[in-house]
Amino acid sequence: MDSELPALLVLGPPMVFNLFQSHYSHKYRFLNFFSSHLPLPQFLQTQHAHPTSVRAILCNPRQPVTADVIRSLPSLGIVATTTVGADHIDTAECRRRGIQVVTLGSQFAPDVADMAVALLIDVMFKISAGDRFAKKSIHFKPWSFPSGSKLGGKRVGIIGLGRIGGEVAKRLEAFDCIIMYHSRNKNPSVSYTFYSNVVDLASNSDVLVLCCPLTEQTKYIVNKEVMLALGKGGIIVNVGRGALIDEKELVQCLMKGEIRGAGLDVFENEPNVPKELFSLDNVVLSPHAGAITLDCFMDACEHVAKSFDAFFSS
Amino acid sequence: MAKEEEELPAILVLASSFGIDIKSQNPPKYRFLEAFSSPIPLLQFLQQQQTLPPSVRAIICNALKPVTADVIRSLPSLGLIVTASVGTDHIDLTECRSRRIQVVNIGGLFTADVADMAVALFIDVLFKISAGDRFARNWGLSKPLGFPFGSKLGGKRVGIIGLGRIGGEVAKRLEAFDCIIKYHSRNKNPSVSYTFYSNVVDLASNSDVLVLCCPLTEQTRQIINKEVMLALGKDGIIINVGRGALIDEKELVQCLVKGEIRGAGLDVFEDEPNVPKELFPLDNVVLSPHAAALTLDGFKDSCDYVTKSLDTFFSIKPQVSKTKLACD
Repeated sequence: MDSELPALLVLGPPMVFNLFQSHYSHKYRFLNFFSSHLPLPQFLQTQHAHPTSVRAILCNPRQPVTADVIRSLPSLGIVATTTVGADHIDTAECRRRGIQVVTLGSQFAPDVADMAVALLIDVMFKISAGDRFAKKSIHFKPWSFPSGSKLGGKRVGIIGLGRIGGEVAKRLEAFDCIIMYHSRNKNPSVSYTFYSNVVDLASNSDVLVLCCPLTEQTKYIVNKEVMLALGKGGIIVNVGRGALIDEKELVQCLMKGEIRGAGLDVFENEPNVPKELFSLDNVVLSPHAGAITLDCFMDACEHVAKSFDAFFSS
Repeated sequence: MAKEEEELPAILVLASSFGIDIKSQNPPKYRFLEAFSSPIPLLQFLQQQQTLPPSVRAIICNALKPVTADVIRSLPSLGLIVTASVGTDHIDLTECRSRRIQVVNIGGLFTADVADMAVALFIDVLFKISAGDRFARNWGLSKPLGFPFGSKLGGKRVGIIGLGRIGGEVAKRLEAFDCIIKYHSRNKNPSVSYTFYSNVVDLASNSDVLVLCCPLTEQTRQIINKEVMLALGKDGIIINVGRGALIDEKELVQCLVKGEIRGAGLDVFEDEPNVPKELFPLDNVVLSPHAAALTLDGFKDSCDYVTKSLDTFFSIKPQVSKTKLACD
């Protein structure tokens, strides 16, 4: 009977949800809160689900798990998000209540790093702009396309040298880039040059790659001062969170040529992308597609399912 | 023409796109005869320039205009052809060999850039970067997350056709992404551990992507044909940074349109600047207007190298670096 299956409250929904639902519909009773406009307690009523029956949440950043949501569910014990970041979950409230928060951890670090490098290469070599150019012109004049820029020898400043930052470094070293970084702390096991100050890192880099989580300390870590320090030849790549960059300022800098270009997989207010960027050839936009591959999705579903299994069987 | 000018070695220039640094020399070392923009036959052009054919000992060119046997035979004292390209298939090498004319290309100068482009195109096709960029520019207005999945890069089997310098640099880069490298070359390379396939169809059957890094020769013309593409299969991707004629282009278009292969990234075409129009609406194809290695840094390096080659040939400077003989 449906009501004997553990209830799983779904917020978001996560991109993997269709896949997850198709694989695990025999294990959970899905309460699809994402499609409701009602407040949570009323929604649960319409589902004939008592708040105390909801012990687990599956979510993603599209619908934050706020303190209100958490307080409406006295038996909540686990919140799983299909992302690496947990900034959309009130983790302080979770800690207070002893609620387990499950994220994807670092297993997709290589995939996110791949995306960072992909965006950087595209901006450097104007791949998307070239693709647009070639597909518009019936006869492009050879060598009439404005040149890109060499990648080898470029100084790449990584902000956040964790798993993702490390994978980015490894890849760009293969292209003969010079790696430097800023992190909360210097990492004694790497030989890359460390900068304790982001502005200094920017002054000494040709590229900044954002690979850090979004926290109180890192919000707008790339601001106007950093962008001006990076300079007119500089490129910014963001595969972290939109709010790591002062987006209004970024748009201004890109439009005015204060920096050379940007590759962005994330935005402050997804799915809204600043329209001013649409006409720029020196910007490559990605609809938060990093690590969005079928293989990653399957892995993500498995990871989450395993966490729920462990929780419900304990 | 001033007497001093007359005494400078005459260089026939068949390329238009890069000469500024070369020509602004102080003091001038050469007299550049810019034939590229002239529609008249070569001998008439030289007459116009008050230059006797035997005084032309060197040609600067690029891949856009062929240096034919006719041109070579018009210049009895020709001793050097410098091409600002990696490829030399636009030069009649047979004629050069029989006349003992040195052919210098910029091979080695742009190895990394061409390899970078190959990787860039591959990643774009796999992750749908350009398609995603188009999608994101409409993102706010359309249903979010309606974008079709890309594919994981790690673990992909990369079949490199031509494991020379460029192929080697492609391998090095893709290994950093945890790809598995295999290759086909004229000969097996004992100093690499990648799996060798003596047969291109076998390589294709065992690869997720084919990357063309070999020169265009009689043997490699249309090395990618229908059989190879079908062996590569519906999930396969083709990347071409070599020469358009390495692939049977008509067949490639058919395979892409019908989904017999997954996608392609192309920097070169059989008949540049003509690109098969059927490719324009395809999201699984990324086109590049022969832009590999065309960076501002690259142009400067190119000019420097061409200048050095001329200097060495005319012995104006002491030997700086041994020029690479393309037809050795």
